[in-house]
Amino acid sequence: MREGKRPRSFYALAIVFGAFVLFLYGPMITIFVLSFQGPEGGLTFPMRGVSLHWFAKLWEGMGVVDIAAAFRRSVALGAVVMLFTVLLSLGAGLAFRKKFAGSALLFYTSVASLIMPSIVVSLGIGLQFRLIDTALKALLETMGLSGLLEGYGTAMGLFTSALGAHLTWTLPFGLLIMLAVFNRFNPAYEEAASDLGATKWQSFRHVVLPLIAPSLVGVGMFGFTLSWDEIARTSQAIGDVNTLPLELQGLTSTVTNPAIYALGTVTTVVSFAVMGGTLALMKVLRR
Amino acid sequence: MGVKKSGALAWLQATPFALVFLLFLVLPLVLVAAVSTWHASDYELIPAFSAQNYIDVFNGCLNTGELCVTLKTYLSTFKFCVLVWAITLVIGFMVAYFLAFHVRSVGAQTLLFIVCTVPFWTSNVIRMISWVPLLGRNGVINQGLQGLGLIDSPIEWLLFSNFSVVLAFVHLYTMFMIVPIFNSMMRIDRALIEAARDSGASGWQTVWNVVVPLSRTGIIIGSIFVITIVMGDFVTIGVMGGQQIASVGKIIQVQTSYLQFPMAAANAVILLVITLMMIWGLTRLVDIRKEL
Repeated sequence: MREGKRPRSFYALAIVFGAFVLFLYGPMITIFVLSFQGPEGGLTFPMRGVSLHWFAKLWEGMGVVDIAAAFRRSVALGAVVMLFTVLLSLGAGLAFRKKFAGSALLFYTSVASLIMPSIVVSLGIGLQFRLIDTALKALLETMGLSGLLEGYGTAMGLFTSALGAHLTWTLPFGLLIMLAVFNRFNPAYEEAASDLGATKWQSFRHVVLPLIAPSLVGVGMFGFTLSWDEIARTSQAIGDVNTLPLELQGLTSTVTNPAIYALGTVTTVVSFAVMGGTLALMKVLRR
Repeated sequence: MGVKKSGALAWLQATPFALVFLLFLVLPLVLVAAVSTWHASDYELIPAFSAQNYIDVFNGCLNTGELCVTLKTYLSTFKFCVLVWAITLVIGFMVAYFLAFHVRSVGAQTLLFIVCTVPFWTSNVIRMISWVPLLGRNGVINQGLQGLGLIDSPIEWLLFSNFSVVLAFVHLYTMFMIVPIFNSMMRIDRALIEAARDSGASGWQTVWNVVVPLSRTGIIIGSIFVITIVMGDFVTIGVMGGQQIASVGKIIQVQTSYLQFPMAAANAVILLVITLMMIWGLTRLVDIRKEL
């Protein structure tokens, strides 16, 4: 299998593969090029000059939508989701190395979360927070705290309902990665550490953690990038403010100039920067 | 270190993770199921226990003449589901097969695998609108065909149509087929393939009788991903259908935005039940084949 002449099927499948890669990246490259369209240019080719005009337009904001604010919100939410995804997946990963009652239930719950239609999850969380609002308002009223009542809007928000919605999407990926990591983990290192007199905490801190650090960075990248692009689960569960992808989805039907491609280029650059940073950090940690 | 103590530690470690799913998955789903039997006025939800919402969802479906809205929407969603599933399965299988069996060096394999998965980490909406300059009225394809004199006027069905919806689904989600199928294929003992060949099996026979059955787990996992995504979708169908094509997810989204929570919840319960039945059927179907 490993030596000798390539069979004819190799060339056929190589062509299929090449076509698939072109199909994956071709459109992306197209809008990358078109985002540098001249000021007179439109949504399609030909290019009418090359400029940064549409990036400047983007910076000024698009109509009523404050892109910069949405951008900041998405970065902040992505960072928090990343942190939670790493810490919670690590905890769960460590727990799954031992036997504990309910581990199968927890595993299947997180798999169910992964394949649950997102709109159902989103609706559920939206509903939950609406009921919380109703209950809290009733509570404030019976307690006679009218001052607080007037100031109260909704419990829904970026770091409550939206954070929860994102975690139902990122944590299953985090757990699956951690399970794969610990499946391949050699317990001999830990045994050696404890033979040498290390405490449980010391062997975790100085032996296990350095070994799995690159994978944790990978989990973090999953957390950030999945949150950065999330729409379906956030849509009904965020309240008044919007994340960048939600604004972007709204803009697709209203904006008819290349500024939207410029926005696409910017968000893609962020995704690629995160991926590049992840790979670099993993390399440093693997030293 | 006793079993009990390590069990308690494990619980402690898993609790934050479990709490997230309890608060943001289990509880919301219970609420969806409960609210699907409630009533709603213009500004508040009224707890009740009635099947009225479900009756309303299927309103008019017993008429023999024209199909009711709900059934029509489900049929349209099923159609997308079957098309996208078949196309992503074929493409995903071929790509995974090429990576697993034809690329010989591990380095090249890893690199090409990463090339296939990188777009997954970029924005879905951006990947959808990136088809606009190619498929639009004045897009590359229409301009090219007109330039060649093959067509007189632009083809209208390329964008904001059923075609572009399927295309975008395939573009976005073939990755969900490639990864699990590739994973299954990498676990196949290469000696089995040699044995099949030595026993005189042709290339096709080896693929169909050895590789496909042994990739079964990956194929099922990939299929479950693709089917559940398409069944509940409203973003892709919305953007690529020019907000003109109905889907079950879109019905739920619209009803939620009009604060018709009980109706949206009833629709969500029905969607969930149908999706679970499809997943169950899929696993059964393959199991039966194995039994034969």
